Amino acid sequence: MSVDEVTEPALTGHDGGVGSVPLLEVTDLRVRFSTRGRRVQAVNGLSYRLEAGRMLAIIGESGSGKSVSSRALMGLLPGTARISGSARFQGQELLGLSEREMRRHRGADIAMVFQDPSRSLNPTMRIGTQITEAVRAHAGLTRKAAYDRAVELLHLVRLPAAERRFHEYPHQLSGGMRQRVMIAIALAANPKLLIADEATTALDVTTQAQIMELLLELQQRLDTAIIMISHDLGLAASYAHDVIVMYAGRAVEYASAKRLFGHVRMPYTQALLGAIPRLDRPPHADLPVTPGQPPDLTDLPPGCPFAPRCFRAGQECREQEPPFTEHEAGHWWSCWHPCEDTVGAVQAVDTVEAGTGGRHRRTGVAPHGATEGPRA
Amino acid sequence: MTASVTQPAGETLLSARNLVQEFTARGRGGVKGGVVHAVSDVSFDIRTGETLGVVGETGSGKSTLARSVLQSPRPKSGEVHFQGTDLMRLKRGRLTEARRQLQMVFQDPFASLNPRWRVTEIVEEPLVGYRVPNRAGRVRELLDLVGLNPDTFGRRRPHELSGGQCQRVAIARAIALDPALIVCDEAVSSLDVLIQAQVLNLFERLRRDLGLSYLFISHDLALVKQVSDRVAVMHLGQLCEIGPAESLYRAPLHPYTVALLASIPQLDPGATRRPITIHGEPPSPISPPSGCRFRTRCPRAQERCASEAPVMAELAQGHSVACHFPEHAPVPAAAAGVRGQA
Repeated sequence: MSVDEVTEPALTGHDGGVGSVPLLEVTDLRVRFSTRGRRVQAVNGLSYRLEAGRMLAIIGESGSGKSVSSRALMGLLPGTARISGSARFQGQELLGLSEREMRRHRGADIAMVFQDPSRSLNPTMRIGTQITEAVRAHAGLTRKAAYDRAVELLHLVRLPAAERRFHEYPHQLSGGMRQRVMIAIALAANPKLLIADEATTALDVTTQAQIMELLLELQQRLDTAIIMISHDLGLAASYAHDVIVMYAGRAVEYASAKRLFGHVRMPYTQALLGAIPRLDRPPHADLPVTPGQPPDLTDLPPGCPFAPRCFRAGQECREQEPPFTEHEAGHWWSCWHPCEDTVGAVQAVDTVEAGTGGRHRRTGVAPHGATEGPRA
Repeated sequence: MTASVTQPAGETLLSARNLVQEFTARGRGGVKGGVVHAVSDVSFDIRTGETLGVVGETGSGKSTLARSVLQSPRPKSGEVHFQGTDLMRLKRGRLTEARRQLQMVFQDPFASLNPRWRVTEIVEEPLVGYRVPNRAGRVRELLDLVGLNPDTFGRRRPHELSGGQCQRVAIARAIALDPALIVCDEAVSSLDVLIQAQVLNLFERLRRDLGLSYLFISHDLALVKQVSDRVAVMHLGQLCEIGPAESLYRAPLHPYTVALLASIPQLDPGATRRPITIHGEPPSPISPPSGCRFRTRCPRAQERCASEAPVMAELAQGHSVACHFPEHAPVPAAAAGVRGQA
């Protein structure tokens, strides 16, 4: 399966001119797992381009391939994974590197922060030791220099009382503080790319906001590029420069955050946006519903993978997979029947929020086609 | 019961008064380390057909509050009047009978279903426990009600279901005995957003069709607004604000509610991010701060907050706050006749 689809290589970056080498260029990445005779097509031809100093959000539901695709870059997938395609980091191919070669990049050039900080830290080691370990792994520093650097890193991630915390164990820290420690470890070798895989999902909203602000600040100060993997479109809208929406192992829509949220083209993205509970809706308002479930990745239907759940789907959607191409400048999508802009309706949604002080969410999003769809 | 009514004119179904729940935390070597003040003096009402949402951070005592209402385990002190009887005084047998009307849906749909049982057995279990006749027919009816085809799904086991389907089974089990109140503890938090919308709509449909009331607990403020008539905000074991959903979100009174609302990521990339008004993490429930428990993180805290614990005061109709220096003076709204505040 997954043969005759058209995948355009190399998306054009926003500030990268022709000929310039982007920080990361992923082309037609495919990951397949074979277990007990079942073939799971986890990633099916993902392509994107990331420039230095930008934040890219990869958004998708569970099983959409967002985590697998980034772990493939880091060489963190199990041996059962079959990876093909290309991922060039500063022009150098990452896929197919030996473990020894990969270790030169891992941590030093590309670092990763995972969802669950309590499981990423060693519970039996003081956090200071864990950070110094990371610092010394990448630079031949003396103990004293490594200690200084570790404390500096803890200050950088704004861990309160860094000198005292240095000697504490992970269980003595809260979830937000542990995630700060994880970010400090990830930044130990000044990586050029930081992959945050659902890094704030396990945290409270207040802590999440603090961690995201920290990531943003670090990015601006250190000029690190960040790939933010999340299921939360709100997070992408608030913090990312560019957004990729994934479904069933494919990128289905890609644009700058501003462009994407103002001009949603892919019915799947629109369904996601419509399904998010929002503060501007009155209580008990029914949410627009997308029927069914994501497809079985061992047995993908022909055509567009979203077609069985899509209210716009026609015959060709079930037969032929739409190509993922740049239909409008800087805006890529993969759909035979993309949504149109419905700017007039945006204001209509904005009724409840006439209230006080501008502290509430505003609607700047195209309304949810999923509601209008079946009636249209 | 129509949709989008802020306060349905139902009678009081459940009334909790001064609920206190504390746990002994063990310190090093198993010695008594301290007392966790999980729920401290919480009072609220739920009316028939109404949904009360409870929001708060991790460790704020939301789940302990829910379990205290269900008497599992029994709270340390307080009263829980449900349909006219005080559950705190009921002995085991009578309590079991009362719990028929009180059901719960949990966060993790896989962990809350027995992996070795078939869907029909899971849904049938409460019917068996309360000796309801004609169980097979009722199970089919229940599965239909939650949108699962009994012929397709009845024989399956939980591992053959997706997360959303598991949660539907858990809901079918919860409504099997025609309860009056369902406690939903983060019931949709582990689901993907499209599936979450399906399950939320199911909750709404059941509320309308069966006249259910919900105590809906979640950390997600937008989600709680979506389903709730009234919302209670919890912080470190105490209620800091409770009121009609519309006015609580439009004009939050407690600085903590304001901070929670400001933390929600917006869907509009053009909007300027609101500054974070609170920093750090909640203090330990073993030794909560004196006076107002939020004062250590509060941008408006003054000396009085440290010496004197604020009490709940109704500032607008049905909208109460426990704060010495509430954020908004209540704004006169058309729906609620509001008196000015000094």
